[in-house]
Amino acid sequence: MAAISREEVAHLARLSRLAVTQEELDTFAGQLDVILQAVAQVGEVAAADIPPTSHSVPLTNVLREDVVTPGLTPEEALSGAPDAEEQRFRVPRILDEDVAS
Amino acid sequence: MTDVTALTATQIAGLVATGGASAVEVTQAHLDRIAAVDGRINAFLHVDTEGALAAARDIDARRAAGEELGPLAGVPVAVKDVLTTKGVPTTVGSKILQGWRPPYDSTIVQRLRAAGTVMLGKTNMDEFAMGSSTEYSAYGPSRNPWDTDRIPGGSGGGSAAALAAYEAPLAIGSDTGGSIRQPGAVTGTVGAKPTYGGTSRYGLVAFSSSLDTPGPCARTVLDAALLHAAIGGHDPRDSTSIPAPVPDVVAAAQLGATGDLSGVRLGIVTEFGGEGAEPGVTAAFDEAVDTLTKLGAEIVEISCPHFRYALPAYYLIAPSECSSNLARFDGVRFGLRTGDDGNRSLEEVMSLTREAGFGPEVKRRIILGTYALSSGYYDAYYGQAQKVRTLITRDFTAAFERVDALISPTTPFVAFPLGARTSDPYQMYLADLFTIPSNLYGGPGISVPCGLSDGLPVGLQVMAPTLADDRMYRVAAALESAVGTFTPPAL
Repeated sequence: MAAISREEVAHLARLSRLAVTQEELDTFAGQLDVILQAVAQVGEVAAADIPPTSHSVPLTNVLREDVVTPGLTPEEALSGAPDAEEQRFRVPRILDEDVAS
Repeated sequence: MTDVTALTATQIAGLVATGGASAVEVTQAHLDRIAAVDGRINAFLHVDTEGALAAARDIDARRAAGEELGPLAGVPVAVKDVLTTKGVPTTVGSKILQGWRPPYDSTIVQRLRAAGTVMLGKTNMDEFAMGSSTEYSAYGPSRNPWDTDRIPGGSGGGSAAALAAYEAPLAIGSDTGGSIRQPGAVTGTVGAKPTYGGTSRYGLVAFSSSLDTPGPCARTVLDAALLHAAIGGHDPRDSTSIPAPVPDVVAAAQLGATGDLSGVRLGIVTEFGGEGAEPGVTAAFDEAVDTLTKLGAEIVEISCPHFRYALPAYYLIAPSECSSNLARFDGVRFGLRTGDDGNRSLEEVMSLTREAGFGPEVKRRIILGTYALSSGYYDAYYGQAQKVRTLITRDFTAAFERVDALISPTTPFVAFPLGARTSDPYQMYLADLFTIPSNLYGGPGISVPCGLSDGLPVGLQVMAPTLADDRMYRVAAALESAVGTFTPPAL
C-alpha cells in the first residue's frame, strides 16, 4: 500500500505554498512514497520512554548584552527586495477584496 | 617562480611571509588557473576578481608597513555559496536567490578577512545544500577533476572540486549530513565537519538549523586545521555557538604528522560493515586500518546499534527543519518574485514564486517535512526521529567510553557518473550513510584520503567526541603522513 497518495501530496504542496504542476505531482507522489517507506523504519525502534533530542548543544536562554549596536540602514535592508515603496517592502494585495478607488 | 597553485596553504603563507611571492601574485596565479580550467569543472558560481585582487593588495600593503599578520595571510580561499558575502552574489545554488547581493557578511567570511585570506569567489553547491553530487544546483553540476564525467560530491562539490583542480588551496564548506566530508572523499581532498556549535552559523543560509555546520576544506590535514582555527570559536550572534575555545587542532595535526598513534584507541562500527560500502571502498578502508595499526593505534570493533536508523531519522528531521526554514523565501524581502501582475493575491504570488524558484529536490524535502510535521503524523515521524536521535547520541557516548575516536569509510561508494542517481532520490541519500550519525550527535568528523579504488579516491572518516575536534586531526594527519596526498591526472 502506498504511504502517501497523489491527493495528499497536492494538499501538502498547497500548505507549503508550492504551485506544483500535474507532472510534478505524478513524479513526487511516487518518489515520496519510496522515501516515506524507508524513513518509516524509525518506527521499529522501541523508544516510548526515550526523551527527544531537538538539539545537540544543551544551551538555553542565550541572551546578548542589552546594548544598542548598528544595524542595517533602510536602504540596505530593502536592497534585495523585489519591490519596495516608501522604505517598506511592497507586496501584492493581501485581503481578498477590491481596492477602494 | 614556482607554480604557486601547486603549493599547500601552509607553503603559500610561508612564501608570502618571507617575501618569496606577493599576495597579489599568488591571487593572480589562482585567478589564471580558474580562467584556464573552470570551464571544464564549474566549481565557481561567481569569481570575485576585483575583490580578490583588492584584498591581496591590502595584505601586501599591510605587510610592507610592518604589520604582524596571521598564519594564513595572503592565502586564497574559495567560499561555498551558502555563506553571505556583503555585496557579492549569494545564491545557495538556487534560482530563488539569483542576483541577490547580501547587505552583510557571515561571521565565517568576516573571520576569513580578519585572518588575511583572500576570497576568490563563491563555489557551486546542490540547491540549499540538499544533495550529494551538485546535480541539484540550479546552475549546472560541478565536475570531478579525477574524471569530469563523474560527480564531485555534494552538496559542497564546488569547494572540493576547486581544491582538487588546484583553483584554490583552501575552501569553506557546510555539513548538514556529510556535505563537507563526502565531497572531500570523492575528490581526494580533506574535509572537516567541526563540532556543531564550534563554527558560527551567522550568515549561513539555513537548511536544517540543528545540524548545519560550516567547516574547512583543504588538500592537507594541516591546512584544514589552520583554516579551522581561523574560522572557529564562539560567536555571540549565533545562539547555538558554544562558548568554549576551539581545541588546538593545529597542534594536533602537527602531532599526528609525526606518524605516531601509540596509545590511541580507534573503534570500527560493526553496523557499518556488511551491506553499505562497495568492495573497492572496503578494500581501501581495510588497508588504511592496517596502516593505522602499524602507526601504533589499537583497533577495536564497537557496536552502535542505532546507527542503522540514522539515515531514516535524518530524512525526517532535516526536511522538517527545512520546510520551516525555507518559508522565508516568499518573494517579499529578497530574491525572486514571479506572477505579480497586479491581479493575483499575495498567496498566489508566493506559490508561483516558490514553484519557479525552487528545484525538484528542495520541493520534495519541503513537502516531506510538511508531512512529517503535520498533525496526526508528528509523533510517528518527527517525534520518533528525535527520540532515535537521542539513542544515536547514547551510542556515541558509550563508544567514546571505550575508544578515542571512531573510524569508517567516509562514503559507501566512490564518485559516481553524472546522472546515475538523480532519478531515484533515495539512492542519492545513501551517499551520506556513514556521515549522518555525527550530524545527529553533534560531534566532529573529518574525511582524509586513504587510497584509490579503480583510480578514484576513497576517504576515511574519523569521528570524535563533541569538542574533541583535535583528536580527529591527529588521527587524520597520522594517516596522511603514511599514505601521502593524492593528485588527480592533469586537466
